[in-house]
Amino acid sequence: MAALTIARLTIREAARRRLLLALAILTLIVIGLTGWGFQHLTTLTTRDGTPIPASELRLATSQVLVLVEFMFSAVLALSAVVVASPSISSEVESGVALAILARPVSRYQVVVGKWLGFAALIVVYVGATTALELLVVAFTTNYVPPGPVGLGGYLAAEGIVVMSLALVLSTWLSGMTAGVIALVLFFVAWIGGIAGAIGEVFGNAGIANAGTVSQLLLPTDALWRGSVYELEPVLYRDVLGATTERAGNPFFVQSPPSVAFMVWTACWVVLIMSLAVWNFRRREV
Amino acid sequence: MPAGPTPVAGADEPAVRTLELTKHYGAAVALSGLSMVVPPGEVFGFLGPNGSGKTTAVKLLLGLTRPTGGEAWVLGRRAGDRETRSRVGYLPELFRYQAWLSAREVLALHCELAEVERSDWPAQISDALSTVGLAGHADARVETFSKGMQQRLGLGVALLGDPRLVILDEPTSALDPVGRADTRAIIRRLRDRGCAVFLNSHLLGEVEQVCDRVAIVSNGRVLATGGLDELLGTGGVRMRLTGVTDAVRAALARRGAVNEHDGWVIVDGVHADTVPDLVAELVTGGARVYAVEPVRQTLEERFLALLSAEERRWQR
Repeated sequence: MAALTIARLTIREAARRRLLLALAILTLIVIGLTGWGFQHLTTLTTRDGTPIPASELRLATSQVLVLVEFMFSAVLALSAVVVASPSISSEVESGVALAILARPVSRYQVVVGKWLGFAALIVVYVGATTALELLVVAFTTNYVPPGPVGLGGYLAAEGIVVMSLALVLSTWLSGMTAGVIALVLFFVAWIGGIAGAIGEVFGNAGIANAGTVSQLLLPTDALWRGSVYELEPVLYRDVLGATTERAGNPFFVQSPPSVAFMVWTACWVVLIMSLAVWNFRRREV
Repeated sequence: MPAGPTPVAGADEPAVRTLELTKHYGAAVALSGLSMVVPPGEVFGFLGPNGSGKTTAVKLLLGLTRPTGGEAWVLGRRAGDRETRSRVGYLPELFRYQAWLSAREVLALHCELAEVERSDWPAQISDALSTVGLAGHADARVETFSKGMQQRLGLGVALLGDPRLVILDEPTSALDPVGRADTRAIIRRLRDRGCAVFLNSHLLGEVEQVCDRVAIVSNGRVLATGGLDELLGTGGVRMRLTGVTDAVRAALARRGAVNEHDGWVIVDGVHADTVPDLVAELVTGGARVYAVEPVRQTLEERFLALLSAEERRWQR
């Protein structure tokens, strides 16, 4: 199973190059700081000095948690792009790929192996950071979001989607170019999602459709919205969902991505990886 | 389309066979109608100046790049065949290995990729490390290696998996004289155990010392191919003699034109097989023979002559 060999090699490279160590240290520092912040949230008072009501504290906590998770999702997406976009092109350019591809290894095994290695790293990173952050929030504020497992699932899926995009670009562009393109597309999809939400609330079919198309072309924003849905209190969804204040708010979501959309996301990843394999098989090293 | 060899790779299959193999990169012609056969167990020198298409030929043999035309077979199967690649060792000209692994780990990775039985890994890795002189650096990371050490590691990688063909692309480009001698010894050992070696090089001395046969390429074409004797010819012999009597002079003259230069008697047109008879005749005639050496065109002279003829052909 050469693909598993390549996957292990990918994970080992991340460990040996101290990527995992750097991410772990920085993440622990960030989680420590957010814990300190959440602790102070519980000491907030109204103007007359009385503690804020529990419902408002829960709302404030959920909103700050959405922001914190937004930061983690951005770190994850950027890291995935930085790591995956040069992964194939740099090995071809440096000559490392020559010795590997001269072995009885198929090109698809190299692509799939790298994808598996990166996907495993993303799942572990998301699992560890999400669990730790939610534990800190629960410990300091007693707030537990409604869908902690779903949150991890959507975040990991978002990371895997953007990593797949960077990987396919890496099969035919230099790491630098592939990285820039992947990041631009990621942010365009984010803006497209916001525009689509605005169009939806105000009944503008053209803008709403543009948002839907951008989410289908690159499902990252819709997956991020799934994460938000799993984070916000149920009551908050019901109250804010009836107002136009939700328009264009990337930190509020009334409903999770549909099953059909999640199936499309899985198909999107398979299609993109098929494209990566096809492209890498055509590439001369 | 010509019929290829049978798909089952037997011991008597040519290690390499190409037929009108051609590769274009856009308008640039990297290889133009390369036809050659490398028998099993032979050390074959693929000699040419920089940019003559040597590395392109190797990449085509390994399936790393696709031909524009023609065909190639390696160990009896189409070039690039996945199974065949488990029996081919390869040291690329651009040798780079995972800098963050140790030498032992790089070799273990290639054992795994080459589908070597896991129980054989320790012996194969240990053998490879000691053969290329890296036993003392087995656990050092590749990023700490000099270029020469990395090339030695690449040579070790190429030896894994008991290959039947080892392709070495400029294998001594980063090595010092000791390393070059070690590489020649490794090539000879490979030949002794029946492994064919395809040696890509522009170093004439290197090729002359280890190769059974040579192909000289330029501009993607084979200019000449054959054994070294065949390519370089046997120009004659030169001898240090005393006691040169009339009988000795007559014996020498019967063999070919005789010249004297710097204390040597040079006789043209003497084939290597007849040298013992000539020496016996000279001794019988009263000469005392102190030294006998073949005189032939050097590979460098032959190489330059072929390239010069090729250049004239292109100019026309």
